Amino acid sequence: MAQEKKGFSHDLIERNTLLLIVLTLITVSIGGLVQIVPLFTIESTIEKVDGVRPYSPLEVAGQSIYIREGCYNCHSQQIRPFRDEVERYGHYSLAAESMYDHPFQWGSKRTGPDLARVGGKYSNDWQVAHLVNPRAVVPESIMPGYAWMKDRPLNYGDISDVLKTLRVVGVPYTDDQIKNAKADLEAQKNPDGDTAALMKRYPKAVVANFTGNKTVTEMDALVAYLQVLGTMVDFTKYQSPKQLQQ
Amino acid sequence: MAQNYKDELSGVETTGHEWDGLRELNNPLPKWWLYIFYVCIAWAMVYYVFYPAWPLGKTYTKGLLGYSQREELVGKLAEAKAGQAKFLTAIAAKSVDEIQKDKDLLGFAMAGGRSYFNENCAACHGAGGQGAKGFPTLADDVWLWGGKTADIYQTIQHGIRSDDKDTRGTPGAGMTAFGKDGILNRDQIDQVTDYILSLNNKAADPAKVAKGKTVFEENCVACHGDAAQGSVAAGLDGVGAPPLKQANWLYGGDKATLVETITNGRAGMMPAWSKRLDDATIKSLAIYVHNLGGGQ
Repeated sequence: MAQEKKGFSHDLIERNTLLLIVLTLITVSIGGLVQIVPLFTIESTIEKVDGVRPYSPLEVAGQSIYIREGCYNCHSQQIRPFRDEVERYGHYSLAAESMYDHPFQWGSKRTGPDLARVGGKYSNDWQVAHLVNPRAVVPESIMPGYAWMKDRPLNYGDISDVLKTLRVVGVPYTDDQIKNAKADLEAQKNPDGDTAALMKRYPKAVVANFTGNKTVTEMDALVAYLQVLGTMVDFTKYQSPKQLQQ
Repeated sequence: MAQNYKDELSGVETTGHEWDGLRELNNPLPKWWLYIFYVCIAWAMVYYVFYPAWPLGKTYTKGLLGYSQREELVGKLAEAKAGQAKFLTAIAAKSVDEIQKDKDLLGFAMAGGRSYFNENCAACHGAGGQGAKGFPTLADDVWLWGGKTADIYQTIQHGIRSDDKDTRGTPGAGMTAFGKDGILNRDQIDQVTDYILSLNNKAADPAKVAKGKTVFEENCVACHGDAAQGSVAAGLDGVGAPPLKQANWLYGGDKATLVETITNGRAGMMPAWSKRLDDATIKSLAIYVHNLGGGQ
């Protein structure tokens, strides 16, 4: 039998569960803090680019559906700075472009293509036709169809609260944006209505009756979200990596 | 430190732990493992010196090499461009028709065009340009906005009813919704549909066809041409109306679909690609599409 040791020793920690837990937490948090905290203080982590704005109410609702349906399981939203990716998908993704995503949708698996710059790549009609039945337009696709989503009314009674909640976690929605959330959501679905206020609050938002339904459906929201992805930053203004760091 | 129990059989000291008479040998780590561990530590030190590593408040150590993945990408892209420079400069300088006549350039444009087509165009127009409902076939001779290489080049650059200022067509506005907008009543739509069916040698009621011809002449010829030959054949610019005597319909040539089209109108949209792809790529694409089978 080994001799009992006095004072602070391996023996003491091994035989005292509470002490083991506390010391483990301290050790692990040092590792975490060293890796994470500098990202908040280093100024070049999030690039200072013009154009990135919080999502419009309809886009936020669309992102919720994107998350609900688990789109991120097959689609990433992060173009890495490699030649093959940039030539296929467009300019590499910036941290700034997902700074208002809660949670971010970078993803880690590409069963389908990356969607970081899918906005504007295809027409609204294509997005709807493709979501209803992917094989109608891409015969070799293995993506599931979401036909039911086309006619399922979007539940958006609480949309101002959603924006308010996002503001709590750091998305800079203004009082004006929160107050008009419901009206803005409906305006984005109605190209014949007055969209000036909406476009002022959310530049580059895609306004259309995506599904052709009278009510706002879940697919309207999802397509509005997909159509704005990657379109906010004008990259003709940022030609070199140095310009992105200023 | 007190001496722990030594195992008699192996002669190795134990850790001092004991569970119901079982003891744990305190063997040293294997040498190979230990040395690799030391090498890793040494490698980390070298890495700190040469590569970006330590946070320093608002900035970080850049390392002697000043490495940046984004800068490396700039170099790789420039390198690839330099390798293709001979072709790219020639493509930039020449018109799409001139490129088609140059065998080397044509080969280059077709090879590149094929990759870009599969990535950007095939989703709507199909991998072989076969199209889908609402998305035109590119391998046939029905062209809404012109089938010459220069026409295709312009269409890809600026899109159709797109947000580009030089777009073809007017955004959001396509074929008139004759039924929804109250221009034609149900009977008239029925008649003109039968007239179109008769043009295509499909079963139609002769009485309706006669009336439908009048409806057609009063409402449709302005865009589709007086012989229903389509806006391109009729020499009408910027209209994009298809011929109505044909086999490969964009939305469908059966009675129900034709009634739907005439009632609600149609306004297909194609994005402008000049913001997404560079000029040499768009030229290559135009040439590739022209060679899919239907180019004029």
